[in-house]
Amino acid sequence: MGETKGESYLLSDVKDAEPAGLPRVSSGDVRSNRPMVHFDKVQKSYDGETLVVKNFNLEIRKGEFLTMLGPSGSGKTTCLMMVAGFEPATHGEIYLDGQPINSVPPHKRGIGMVFQNYALFPHMTIAENLAFPLDVRGIGKAEAEKKVQRALDMVQMGDGSFHGRRPAQLSGGQQQRVALARALVFEPKLVLMDEPLGALDKQLREHMQLEIKHIHESLGVTVIYVTHDQGEALTMSDRIAVFNDGVVQQLAAPEVLYEKPENSFVAQFIGENNTLLGKVKAINEGIARVELPDGEVVEALAVNAGPGERTQLSIRPERVEIDPDESVSDHTVTARVEEVIYLGDHIRTRMTVAGNSDFVVKTRNRLGARRLDPGASVRVGWATEDCRALDHE
Amino acid sequence: MKRVLILTGSVAAIALGGAVAQDQQLTIVSWGGAYSNSQIKAYHEPYTEKTGVKIVNEDKSANALAGIRAQVEADNVTWDIVDMLQADAQRACDEGLLEIVDHNEWLAPAPDGTPASEDFIEGQLGDCYIPQILYATMFAYNTEAFPDGGPQTIEDIWDVEKFPGTRALQQIPQKNLEWALIADGVPDDEVYEVLATPEGQDRAFAKLDEIKDHVIWWSEGAQPPQMLADKEAVIATAYNGRIFNAQVNEDQPFEIVWDRQMLESDGWVVPVGNDDKMELIRDYLFFATDTQRLADQAKYISYGPARSSSAPLVGTFEDTDIDMKPHMPTNPENLETAVTFDVQFWTDYGDALEERFNAWVAG
Amino acid sequence: MASTDGAIKEPILAADGTPLKQALRRSQARERRAAFLLVAPLLLFILIVFAVPIASMIWRSVYNPEVRNFLPQTAAALQEWDGEDVPPEPVFQAMAADMIVGVEKRTIGRAAARINREIPGARSRMMRTAREVDEWSAPYREKFLETDERWSDLDFWRLLKRETRLVTPAYYLLALDYEYTADGEIRPRPEVYRIYKALFWRTAWMSMLITGICILLAYPISYLMATQPTRLANLLLILVLLPFWTSLLVRTSAWIVLLQQQGVVNELLVALNVIDEGGRLRMIYNRTGTIIAMTHILLPFMVLPLYSVMKTIPPSYLRAAKSLGAHPFRAWWRVYFPLTIPGLAAGCILVFILAIGYYITPALVGGDSGIFISNLIAQNMQGSSAQLKLAAALATILLVAVLVVYWVFNKLIGVDKLKFG
Repeated sequence: MGETKGESYLLSDVKDAEPAGLPRVSSGDVRSNRPMVHFDKVQKSYDGETLVVKNFNLEIRKGEFLTMLGPSGSGKTTCLMMVAGFEPATHGEIYLDGQPINSVPPHKRGIGMVFQNYALFPHMTIAENLAFPLDVRGIGKAEAEKKVQRALDMVQMGDGSFHGRRPAQLSGGQQQRVALARALVFEPKLVLMDEPLGALDKQLREHMQLEIKHIHESLGVTVIYVTHDQGEALTMSDRIAVFNDGVVQQLAAPEVLYEKPENSFVAQFIGENNTLLGKVKAINEGIARVELPDGEVVEALAVNAGPGERTQLSIRPERVEIDPDESVSDHTVTARVEEVIYLGDHIRTRMTVAGNSDFVVKTRNRLGARRLDPGASVRVGWATEDCRALDHE
Repeated sequence: MKRVLILTGSVAAIALGGAVAQDQQLTIVSWGGAYSNSQIKAYHEPYTEKTGVKIVNEDKSANALAGIRAQVEADNVTWDIVDMLQADAQRACDEGLLEIVDHNEWLAPAPDGTPASEDFIEGQLGDCYIPQILYATMFAYNTEAFPDGGPQTIEDIWDVEKFPGTRALQQIPQKNLEWALIADGVPDDEVYEVLATPEGQDRAFAKLDEIKDHVIWWSEGAQPPQMLADKEAVIATAYNGRIFNAQVNEDQPFEIVWDRQMLESDGWVVPVGNDDKMELIRDYLFFATDTQRLADQAKYISYGPARSSSAPLVGTFEDTDIDMKPHMPTNPENLETAVTFDVQFWTDYGDALEERFNAWVAG
Repeated sequence: MASTDGAIKEPILAADGTPLKQALRRSQARERRAAFLLVAPLLLFILIVFAVPIASMIWRSVYNPEVRNFLPQTAAALQEWDGEDVPPEPVFQAMAADMIVGVEKRTIGRAAARINREIPGARSRMMRTAREVDEWSAPYREKFLETDERWSDLDFWRLLKRETRLVTPAYYLLALDYEYTADGEIRPRPEVYRIYKALFWRTAWMSMLITGICILLAYPISYLMATQPTRLANLLLILVLLPFWTSLLVRTSAWIVLLQQQGVVNELLVALNVIDEGGRLRMIYNRTGTIIAMTHILLPFMVLPLYSVMKTIPPSYLRAAKSLGAHPFRAWWRVYFPLTIPGLAAGCILVFILAIGYYITPALVGGDSGIFISNLIAQNMQGSSAQLKLAAALATILLVAVLVVYWVFNKLIGVDKLKFG
């Protein structure tokens, strides 16, 4: 496949590219307005009876790091495989850089891919693994060697001691880096990653998240990343598509997803969430008055619920205040303390609020913080904009 | 393949037989099929009834010589009495593998008092060998394959134009080489003379070459009637008793070509190393080879009894009214062009010719 | 462990610096002993039913006792003879003495049988003379020559002298279609007797052909089994294994029913007018029959190792190769195929080694053009002209051939890398 315009990115010294420390909403230089990948009304069924992907529409910008997040069976991996060409779309069209690719076989798509278990070829050395995509493209030996070295340098394995080894002689993290290097060595414009960190332990996984992110930022390559780990998604992504049941529930930047979930699935799936069931009595200027089962009435942002409908209120645990003063909270409700868990930097208090005994409150363990005892009765409250009235599942 | 028949005498027989050891048994090796059946009915069953001795029948005569050699060499002889071809018996006897038989002492005289050595057909008794029957090996064919009439002579067998189809021959050089020479025009009485020379051997194999592409091979006596019945072969060499059995019991449309039939005898031998059982073995042989028993066997299979005194006693097939005499290889009509099988020739030339024959077949 | 304590104490008295190693060795020795005891019954079993018979077979293939044991005096007397002229009186005298003993002990026939192998007719001459010899008296030479002029045959005496050696290469020479003349010269046998070398080659190339066909048939089916859902794969596996659970004889007979000239396949072809009544194909009792039946019987031995290897190859390898830009065939050839080599090699070695020693199927369906060397070995163990020693020599050569094949495989692939399933 064609290279990106200008100098091939692997030939610029990636080590010098100091990655930005914080997530950005967009990165990479967008050279045209055409999306890198465009899903147009894509449907997928394996058995002809049920759809695993239902009417999927998505545009992925050039240089974007997009994560498909969702529980297993939600259709996210299927979408990735359709882009890679390993699963045909049952209906609809997928465009790669403006070209329809439904009838293009996988090996002609020029998409880099990192597999869940790396899929490093066990009978080839590391150097041979990396040279494979170059070899099949007929790239000369000398140039290939240079590119292999660059790619290994990029993943900090370029010191020469790894070239001749077999994948089985590497640790899991090293294999992961090699897989990444192999997917990038032929300079694809698009790289797909299918839960690439799933097999690593927590510490290494977090380290690799940052490393992948930095590589992405320095190369400006477009990445579609599939994971079921929301922490991973939040850390790395420009945008996240939350999948459930074959449908994208919400597509947004990480902070938007967390702060402003549009439905109860997203609210539950991303981060920790307290749920209160209720009924919308009235909506006024976007503020819903919601009656809780114990008869108390609270106000909430009317996001996804109409008057008279049953609703699910979503409040993040760290936004709940115990015995708040009125400047913070418009309403308070009665809560009974069930359990107090000391976690060092913060304290988790499990309470019963309006019939929900799993209402959690996180408070910073600051000087003079109030310690509650189980059984105690307190008032809790929150700002109206922190409480979102969502659909009732 | 290994069919072991255990014959047990009736309770009454055991009670009457008394002393002759109910727990004793004899292992008798024979050819299997219709032939073993005729022995079971004519010899084994009456003997068990008389004495209570169990008889275990093993169908291993096709490998009798090799088997006896191996058992004697290993000093572990499990075969008590073996049914064997005369030529093989002669070899085994020379090699010291068999008990020497004093015929007059071991065997019953004829009913008229003629001693056994004179009662048996001349030339058939061997030092270690007691003949039972005379059998013919000859060609037979399936009449359905030749609606206009089948082959009548040995020359016809070689005529694959006039009588097309597969021939089934026994996978041994014996008899095949003789027939090949006869088909090639060698007079019957010069066959062995010619076959003793290298040129004669070449000539016989050259003649066999002519039909090799039309030949399949058999090794067990039960195979040729089966091959004819399945039409895997349209003409086959066979033992006459097997063909008779298929004709009578299975109503197969087979016809025997008696031209140049080759008559041989088949009989009992006793491997050495059976000293502790000798008395029982001799008791059985005395019983099983007397005039009446040999005549009885001809009731079940169309082989000629080896005793002169048995011939007049041969009657009809089992419980039918089929006269056995015309089916006997010894019937004068069937004997007209018979060739006498030369046992001595084959003891001398068997090794070399078998080796060459095997190479020829496999090559 | 209490026993370890005991083991440590002793060496302290004996030497310093080494007690730990010694103790380790001891404790390991105990484990080794236990392990040995566990396998001892099997080892003993193998020794008795495998090693000993093979050793005895190899010994038999060169053991040549007939003349030495059954004509001992003649053997001794012949050592003086120069082989140039009819032997002198002492040789004949010794022969007469041996014959008298031999007739009495009934061992003369065995010596005669041995000589008859090489010189047809020698048996009856020896036997006839032996029966008369006890009535003769010295000088024997004239008597012998008078009785039968062939007693002056120099080849006979030379052969007898050669045969006095207890160990002979004669059977190995025979097994390779060479003969060993009375003068000890080694030369190819006359054409009409040559068969074994051709049969060894035939066995080898037919086994290779069968192995090749097995690969062609087993590779796709194994791939299908390895990539299909478990339920379907299990069904396929059962179909492949079905032959395993059916008796060999039944399977072979089934092929006879199918392939014979009046069989199912021919009937079908005639009914469909593909061939006419007279053109019925001969697919059995020849080479074709052997190849078809043996391929069927040995197929599972190829499928199982291939399947077990393929099952461990994740589909992501092929996908990875394709995603890296390799054409599907190239992906298969560069990535999938190399990974199946351990199974393929195991399958090949299993099928090939089983095939070259196969007996029953070629015997039943091979006719004469489709038989293997093992059938000739069997032929030499049965029948009236059985040559057990030649059979032993042939079997030993076959055994060595199998070991060589194994060795070559080991060199090429490494047996530790093979996966047998």
